[in-house]
Amino acid sequence: MADMFAFAEARSGELRKVAFETVAAARRAADATGGGQVHALVMGAPGLSPHAEALGRFGADVVMVVEHAGLERYAPEAFAATAAERITGGSYRAAFFSASAEGRDLAPRVAARLGAGLASDVTGFEVRGDAVLVEHPAYTGKVLVTLRLTGTPAIVSLRPGALPAVEQPRAARIETVPPAADPGAGRVVVTELAQQAGATLDLGEAPVIVSGGRGLRAAEHFKLVEDLAAAFGNAAVGATRAVTDDGWRPATDQIGQTGRVVSPELYVAVGISGAIQHLAGMRTARTIVAINKDKDAPIFKVADYGIVGDLFEVVPRLTDEVRKARSS
Amino acid sequence: MKIAVCIKRVPDMELRFAIAGDRKSLEQSGLKYDMSDFDGYALEVALQLIEKQGSGEVVLVTVGPDGAQETLRKGLAMGATRAVQLKADQVPVDGLAVAHALAAELGGGYDLILFGRMATDTASGTVGPMVAELLGLPCVTSISHLELGDRRGTARRDLEGAAETVQFPLPAVLTIDEGIARPRLATLKGIMAAKKKPLEVKPAALGEVRLTVEAMALPPERSGPKFMGEGVDAVPELVQRLRTEAKVL
Repeated sequence: MADMFAFAEARSGELRKVAFETVAAARRAADATGGGQVHALVMGAPGLSPHAEALGRFGADVVMVVEHAGLERYAPEAFAATAAERITGGSYRAAFFSASAEGRDLAPRVAARLGAGLASDVTGFEVRGDAVLVEHPAYTGKVLVTLRLTGTPAIVSLRPGALPAVEQPRAARIETVPPAADPGAGRVVVTELAQQAGATLDLGEAPVIVSGGRGLRAAEHFKLVEDLAAAFGNAAVGATRAVTDDGWRPATDQIGQTGRVVSPELYVAVGISGAIQHLAGMRTARTIVAINKDKDAPIFKVADYGIVGDLFEVVPRLTDEVRKARSS
Repeated sequence: MKIAVCIKRVPDMELRFAIAGDRKSLEQSGLKYDMSDFDGYALEVALQLIEKQGSGEVVLVTVGPDGAQETLRKGLAMGATRAVQLKADQVPVDGLAVAHALAAELGGGYDLILFGRMATDTASGTVGPMVAELLGLPCVTSISHLELGDRRGTARRDLEGAAETVQFPLPAVLTIDEGIARPRLATLKGIMAAKKKPLEVKPAALGEVRLTVEAMALPPERSGPKFMGEGVDAVPELVQRLRTEAKVL
């Protein structure tokens, strides 16, 4: 029986979906050891506490809430000091973070402070004896590596979307705790958090991603991709590197080795040939649909469903059919 | 200004990989190595900063086997001043073990310590911020834009659906995302000059290893599409299958 720690990420006063994923993973790890406790930590500006209870739904027994006006935005040094202090204060077998942009910054800092081993961007894990075995896609997703992480606590960051947030309700006890370092005294200061204009659903959180590539031929044709995403209702829009390099879409939309790595339930690739660079960012999606005029395009090798044809005909029809299917 | 750029030699990602007989490493035959992509961006940023200042030094540092000297020479050919190989025949997959070796080399004297956002082989991105913690330096990761003023800097970090503006003092550790500056190609003159630039070899003082490779496998081949249709007439069946088979609608 071992206790687990989970860092629950919040942004602009709201818990992020990855917060539920890390707590659910910690719950599963605790249960695998015979049912220890899960302690979650959430940090942000005052007003966060009412949201903290929601973490109980995913298996948190205790939610430690750190509220401070100086934590409205991510403050790397105060976050790292506080997470490290809280982890040291418990006797946790493992500490779970998300491999989100924030988690990828935070988890290595915490691991270094604690002198603990860190496995990053993990898509699966298992607590086995005195080790934690994790799965991590490496080499641009072309090799699946199983890693053995020893020592206590073992620190693990989870690829967003790779492990579903399974509900396992508990009545979480909320504890207000102070930050371990003065958030106003950090050397590294986030002075601005700018939401990307027009961003609806975040790529890391959307269950469905509709992505467009060069096959769309011009920036204005992305409307087809946006319409299809809108028809799904729960979809975000992504793009290939060629498209973001050309300025058709913002760089933050790029999916691939050098952009975002995503694992949605459904990935629809529109006019995307499937360069390795792009496949590295989406090949762990549960279901992949490809629409391309070239039947030999590499994207069809990873696709579960494919249509060879003119996307300018196929996509509007698909948008109609998806809309109909969802309204029936 | 004195800038360290930490680089890593990684296999060429365009190649087909095979798993070796031990089931926990890559088959070496046929592998080609090069500098990890993001490290090229970090080096370019360093070179441009020095050029703008008119003086200074760019020191390349790597942890790796002797084969990594070729990668260091490439960086020297691009314009770095000198290079240090922290020799380790095997580079541990444990980021903290590697960070200890780098921190032992990089303490004191550098205004900036730059890394690529992550190495493309292990794809973890942990060593940079770990080195910063071990040295007690401020750190900004994964930056896509950088402006340096008088002993201070402003960086941009792209998040999911948002961007942060981050201010920090020097000295600092920064990890560099792609797109910030296009890495230059080495000129023939640069390649010739690189042969004469100092390359120092020291043993790597690696930290304790807590993360090891248990197994490697190629991802299961997707068995090819369950359904391949042609043209607009295939759409109804696709939607039907997305509903009943994939259950995503």
